Amino acid sequence: MASLLQVLFDALSLGSLYALGALGIALIFGVMRLVNFAHGDVIAFSLFALLWPSTDAVAIVFAGNLPWFLLIPFTLAIGAGLSVLSELVVFRRFRRANPATMMIASFALGFVIRYFLLMLFTSRPKSIALLPALSQPVEILGARIPLLQLITILVTLAVLIGLTLFLRRTRFGLEMRAAAENFTMARMLGVRANRVIMGAFALSGALAAASALILGSQTGTANIMMGANVMLMAFIATVIGGMGSLAGAVLAGFLLGAIATVMQVILPPDARAFRDAFVYGAVILVLIFRPQGLLSARGAKERV
Amino acid sequence: MSELGADGVSVAFAGLKALSEVTLRVASGQIVGLIGPNGAGKTTLVNALTGFQPVTAGAVTLDGAPLAGLRPHEVRCKGIARTFQGGRLFRDLPVIDNLEVTGVALGLSRAAAIAEAEQMLAWMGISHLAGRIAGTLPYTDERRVAIGRALIRAPAFLLLDEPAAGMSAPEAADLSALIRRIAGERGIGVLLIEHNVGLVLGLCDPIVVLDSGAVIETGPPAAIKASEKVRHAYMGTAADTDLPVLESGLEVLE
Repeated sequence: MASLLQVLFDALSLGSLYALGALGIALIFGVMRLVNFAHGDVIAFSLFALLWPSTDAVAIVFAGNLPWFLLIPFTLAIGAGLSVLSELVVFRRFRRANPATMMIASFALGFVIRYFLLMLFTSRPKSIALLPALSQPVEILGARIPLLQLITILVTLAVLIGLTLFLRRTRFGLEMRAAAENFTMARMLGVRANRVIMGAFALSGALAAASALILGSQTGTANIMMGANVMLMAFIATVIGGMGSLAGAVLAGFLLGAIATVMQVILPPDARAFRDAFVYGAVILVLIFRPQGLLSARGAKERV
Repeated sequence: MSELGADGVSVAFAGLKALSEVTLRVASGQIVGLIGPNGAGKTTLVNALTGFQPVTAGAVTLDGAPLAGLRPHEVRCKGIARTFQGGRLFRDLPVIDNLEVTGVALGLSRAAAIAEAEQMLAWMGISHLAGRIAGTLPYTDERRVAIGRALIRAPAFLLLDEPAAGMSAPEAADLSALIRRIAGERGIGVLLIEHNVGLVLGLCDPIVVLDSGAVIETGPPAAIKASEKVRHAYMGTAADTDLPVLESGLEVLE
């Protein structure tokens, strides 16, 4: 029972991380059909923003020393700021370009961010102790769950509920849903396109920063490549969730987390090193049977 | 009293003239019909009137003042609304949100937009559809919602682009009653583009006939029915043959 609970929490917390990432990608895809591959690098940047530039192995923690109630908003603001900046400087110019061009631009932007970090911090991973109080375990029904895992899950749930309320209940949310559904039509009706897109980028960047905080506290290291794995899984989650469907992205994120965790448990020890190969195998299976994704966004389909 | 006009409007696509010197007027409360064979330029004219298509020559005017250079949503703010072929609703959003977002985009607060959306659905007698996801609506309801959406914030003019396409005769009759109410009760000037000639003949006065981008006839229904040129445009034949499009259209109406 206790070990089952352990697996459940592992799955939920890993899934949370993927779901947050997938949501960040799906939000932007929804309003402008852009798969933002720079998302992972925004995650890395948000964490490195807490450090003072140096080439030493031990990080000189700078803003990371702020108390948590300042640290969290600061990091979220960094993520949102970088994301909005990338829209203003890069993506705005590609507004009318085709999706493939925008995707390449996002790759390029990702490299720029990554090499900027490389320049300031070198490629050596840096150890940082973020929110150290969170690493102690708590006992739930006999299972010892790291407090951080619990908080990851709760934070993700809070983000999901908050985002749902935001999209359903606010004026801006309404405009964003309409724009995600049919951007041209929304624009014709007078929905302010630039504002909506900027809002989507800000939200997406804040989600990247939230991922950064969770990843940073979990692993205790900052690595310029840290966003890459989450980004890849998050991208896969948006694809099998049905491109542009927010609920689908979240669902698929949790599903991927669950599959990965379960594989870790049930695979024979020799095969565990190849866990991701099995996960991607499962992804291929899903796409063979549901190429449109689990919950396809109806707006993304062409009408006949 | 308000008047929307096209004054000698021409539109050319890469040298090809889609419209040449089209002039027409729609006044408040009037239902003007626009008919013509496929490719005559009907939708291009609506696009030009609503800012979707810049004009090459001539001018679109509202109460005599030119509307040059306005973008579609600015034209909408001036009180010229339109529908599109095939409805074009936000298919994942509930019907009420489809109307609400229009109000919000046009500057209403959320509460005011919801209130107006509810009033509009009630006025059209489709309050029961409010919570339905727009993409799940049958064809005719979808069209109605699209019209409701266009009526948000009381535009002075409504341009309907083939609202009856694919409708059965009773459905088209319902639509025709709705259009009468829009013009009669709300005092809106309506420009109706339709392939269903019967519907137009029974509803509109005057009727403008477009062929190959030019107005070939303007007049009351009787004159249009009798017109040699209209006959020719539709059939490509001389006068003595019957005009089944018109005949069958009239039957539908009666």
